[in-house]
Amino acid sequence: MNEMVITRAEREARLEGMGCKRKRVEDVRFTQGRGQYVDDIKLPGMLHGDFVRSQYAHAKITRIDASKALALPGVIAVLTAEELKPLGLHWMPTLAGDVQAVLADGKVCFQNQEIAFVIAEDRYIVDDALQLIEVEYEELPVLVDPFRALDPEAPVIRPDLDGKMVGAHGPRKHHNHIFEWTIGDRPGTDEAFAAAEVTVKEMISYHRTHPSPLETCQCLAAFDKVKGELTLYGTFQAPHVIRTVASLLSKIPEHKIHVIAPDIGGGFGNKVGAYSGYICSIVASIVTGLPVKWVEDRMENLSTTSFARDYHMTTEIAATRDGKVTGLRVHVLADHGAFDACADPSKWPAGFMNIVTGSYDFPVAHLAVDGVYTNKAPGGVAYRCSFRVTEAAYCIERGMDILAQKLGMDPADLRMKNFIRREQFPYQSALGWEYDSGDYHLAMQKAMDAIDYRALRAEQKARQEAFRRGETREIMGIGVTFFTEIVGAGPSKNCDILGVAMFDSAEIRIHPTGSIIARMGSKSQGQGHETTWAQIIATELGIPAADIMIEEGNTDTAPYGLGTYGSRSTPVAGAAIALAARKIRNKAQMIAAHLLEVSEYDLEWDIDGFRVKGNPERSKTMTEIAWAAYNSPPPGLEPGLEAVSYYDPPNMTYPFGAYFCVMDIDVDTGVAAIRRFYALDDCGTRINPMIIEGQVHGGLTEAFAIAMGQEIKYDAMGNVQGASFMDFFLPTAVETPKWETDHTVTPSPHHPIGAKGVGESPNVGGVPCFSNAVNDAFGFLGSTHIQMPHDAWRVWEAAKRLGAHG
Amino acid sequence: MIPGPFHYHRPTSVAEAVALLAAHGDDARPLAGGHSLIPMMKLRMAVPDHLVDLAAIPDLKGICEDGDRIVIGATTTQREVIGSDLLAARLPILAETARQIADPQIRTKGTFGGNVANGDPGNDMPALMQCLDAVYRLAGPDGSRTVPARDYYQGAYFTALEPGELLTAVEIPVPPAGHGYAYEKLKRKVGDYATAAAAVVLTLDGGTVATASIALTNVASTPLHAAAASALVIGTGLDAATLKAAADAAKAITDPATDGRGTAEYRREMAGVMVARALAKAMRRAKGA
Repeated sequence: MNEMVITRAEREARLEGMGCKRKRVEDVRFTQGRGQYVDDIKLPGMLHGDFVRSQYAHAKITRIDASKALALPGVIAVLTAEELKPLGLHWMPTLAGDVQAVLADGKVCFQNQEIAFVIAEDRYIVDDALQLIEVEYEELPVLVDPFRALDPEAPVIRPDLDGKMVGAHGPRKHHNHIFEWTIGDRPGTDEAFAAAEVTVKEMISYHRTHPSPLETCQCLAAFDKVKGELTLYGTFQAPHVIRTVASLLSKIPEHKIHVIAPDIGGGFGNKVGAYSGYICSIVASIVTGLPVKWVEDRMENLSTTSFARDYHMTTEIAATRDGKVTGLRVHVLADHGAFDACADPSKWPAGFMNIVTGSYDFPVAHLAVDGVYTNKAPGGVAYRCSFRVTEAAYCIERGMDILAQKLGMDPADLRMKNFIRREQFPYQSALGWEYDSGDYHLAMQKAMDAIDYRALRAEQKARQEAFRRGETREIMGIGVTFFTEIVGAGPSKNCDILGVAMFDSAEIRIHPTGSIIARMGSKSQGQGHETTWAQIIATELGIPAADIMIEEGNTDTAPYGLGTYGSRSTPVAGAAIALAARKIRNKAQMIAAHLLEVSEYDLEWDIDGFRVKGNPERSKTMTEIAWAAYNSPPPGLEPGLEAVSYYDPPNMTYPFGAYFCVMDIDVDTGVAAIRRFYALDDCGTRINPMIIEGQVHGGLTEAFAIAMGQEIKYDAMGNVQGASFMDFFLPTAVETPKWETDHTVTPSPHHPIGAKGVGESPNVGGVPCFSNAVNDAFGFLGSTHIQMPHDAWRVWEAAKRLGAHG
Repeated sequence: MIPGPFHYHRPTSVAEAVALLAAHGDDARPLAGGHSLIPMMKLRMAVPDHLVDLAAIPDLKGICEDGDRIVIGATTTQREVIGSDLLAARLPILAETARQIADPQIRTKGTFGGNVANGDPGNDMPALMQCLDAVYRLAGPDGSRTVPARDYYQGAYFTALEPGELLTAVEIPVPPAGHGYAYEKLKRKVGDYATAAAAVVLTLDGGTVATASIALTNVASTPLHAAAASALVIGTGLDAATLKAAADAAKAITDPATDGRGTAEYRREMAGVMVARALAKAMRRAKGA
């Protein structure tokens, strides 16, 4: 062993630390069908539950008769609001400061709302019993269009709020009004517009869609009547918060609640909130003393648990004639559905919508957001984005294209002209954020060169002429986007969730033989934390990633954390991991100094251990130090080698990127073919380039889906349309374009390892890029803005409206 | 999304299957690939008391040549249609169409007979069978009979099939060697039903169309044999004006619903576009053959 001399490069490679394209360790079990998801868990005596749901979008409930269901052999109980009332659990608090009916309390406010919960011995009997429950309704007028929500005669959706003219976020100005949030300099912005040489204005809608993870929301509640303890398995992106909420609602002490989030099949924001299914399963388990499982089906998932977006953004930009932006004014009409169950852990009701100034140096801006109730499902979650950041990026990136068109400027050139410059960082935005770092010009130029942007514009011009001459029925669009994200929620001054501050945590324990178990407050739903967290520790502590076990999701063993969403894991938990590791390294240095009989100041870190400065032959590896830490620590130093760190970030992180899309549209069918999609991302320090690339591919695929057709639609009666994968557009490998990825690296100056988070960037930047490509294709026919989604029939209608069909 | 209770039967002969179907009447449904029926049962839109599984009946399987006809057994899967050398040589439009149905997993289970028998306007094979003037063999308690595909479909999920009857096979007249063909299907994604689709088979005499048959998928409550459009192209060289006229004649017989695939107007226009494109492709193939 001693004879074998390994090089520094070999020692480095052996660690598989940061920067290594380490293969995902979790895939070993996933690809062999050995993952353990909630629905894989079966407990003795387990019962099953599911909901009777409303067939109407708005109706009084005049009668519920469960007697026939209760008579069916195998049915244990049927819960309605009447049964939950004595427990005070027929309503629950939402993450946005509103309340939501757990089971309909006398009326229903959206189609498929939960009315009754049936508990039976097996899943088949549950469904048979659902058919036997009789519900009588008295239909009420339905409000679907958010633009009619504040009409004086609009139906009252929430009589429970009658007379409450102050909500969780300030005054309400109408019975369907939830909040008004304003930020920025109103008079200054008005002045900029009054003085502007050029202004543009457009109502830019971001339609309602859904995160649709492949695994739906589910839980399994098991209450032990003897111990008075509740074990709750569930698809929780934030298991610790669920434990706290469950304790507050159920009055079971928090230490007697064990929340376990096992493997999760995608979350994308869908699994942040608390749902009726969780409450009802818990109550049913407490009542029966048996485990109760609730598993949503696809239609329930798409039509009830947490839609995303539904933001209608009236956007105005003021500029000089030569294309320098001078002001931004945005008003948002936000449709939150029947209950404000928006999963928004910021202190503001529209999340980080005030990142809407984007990557541009706006001297002044103003943003106002009005939230309204409609007879649609509640939610408003951040579908693979930080809270309302995708909406903001879509708003400003469409707006900049509209301005470029009005000015007769190239949209890439307009962006270049208005970027925040490298030397302006840290940059104070007009709407209150401090952007940490960036080099936008460098990234944009690299992207433009990579796709040969000017040549594409020349080709487009030639094709437009050919189209006008009748030589082709295809038109070409070039989508340009430069986005700035705001992620890593977040600093306790900006962020909390029901009063819980948005820190995160890591606990690292080195065993005597030098392997590690580490636990975090984050929770992977496919992000690959078991792989990447080990890489951070490997680099920080010099222990090979292969010898590091990562564990998340068990609230009994993991330190308290706020979970995984909003690209917060790397910015927050990732920082906690590095800092916990550094605590260990500090102690290790003391131990090494003792072993080497030198002062700790005479030691320096070298890949996988400490060596004596100027005498590198004298060294101790971390593995040797670990053994000594337990068995021969320096006198006065307690044995063991472990540390915990809780990290409250000083600032958000601001990943950014330049995306380009080249699209060919068949005007006769409206079908858009993506010829190229190039994505340059800057997420600061890159922990695992392969996982980053995978994240970008996934996010772009979702962005493609959203922009090109993925929608939760309602008819005029509030009937949800097409809540299945037949209609809800989830692209397969066949539809998905080929992605080209690239990067620049601008580390975050305030993050311990300089990383910024990347999971959501491609969704944030991708949606405007696809939409800009469609809009760019039609610009030469006189169009300024075509609303999403750009599915074939809508694109065809735009072509027809613009006279492209001759 | 869980079916109600039902009785399961697994007969081994057509006679046994027919007896079961006849005995239980409207309470029984035959089960082939299950890709239409089982989703309906999971939604409880179909609640049959008796499922008669056809999987164990050997007589319903297989593809063979019978004189100037090809006969395809009802429980032949779409995958088998795609893999058939006989069909590739004689009726390549069958594989071209089958490849555009759903996805490989579904085509491995989904059957040719189920696709044509059920009367689902979204299914692709019914229009193709009308285009090819196929004949369906039906077995019932009173014996067998045949019904032309062009007479079989009466409305969405309403067909000439009587309670107790079973579609056992489809006979397809083989078009002459060197015929042109195309199945053009516009859909949102893999697995989707057609926004609109058109099947075309034609033969040439010199540079002009000698025979032509056009049929349409999913633009009415039944598949549509576009007889007027078919007649209109005969004797032409399929110039632009003829293509437009054929598309217009085809559009005139459509009655699509507005749905997630688009407005009725859009889907009607797409039927026209698919007809023009299928005709042009069939012409190219006929010339190249």
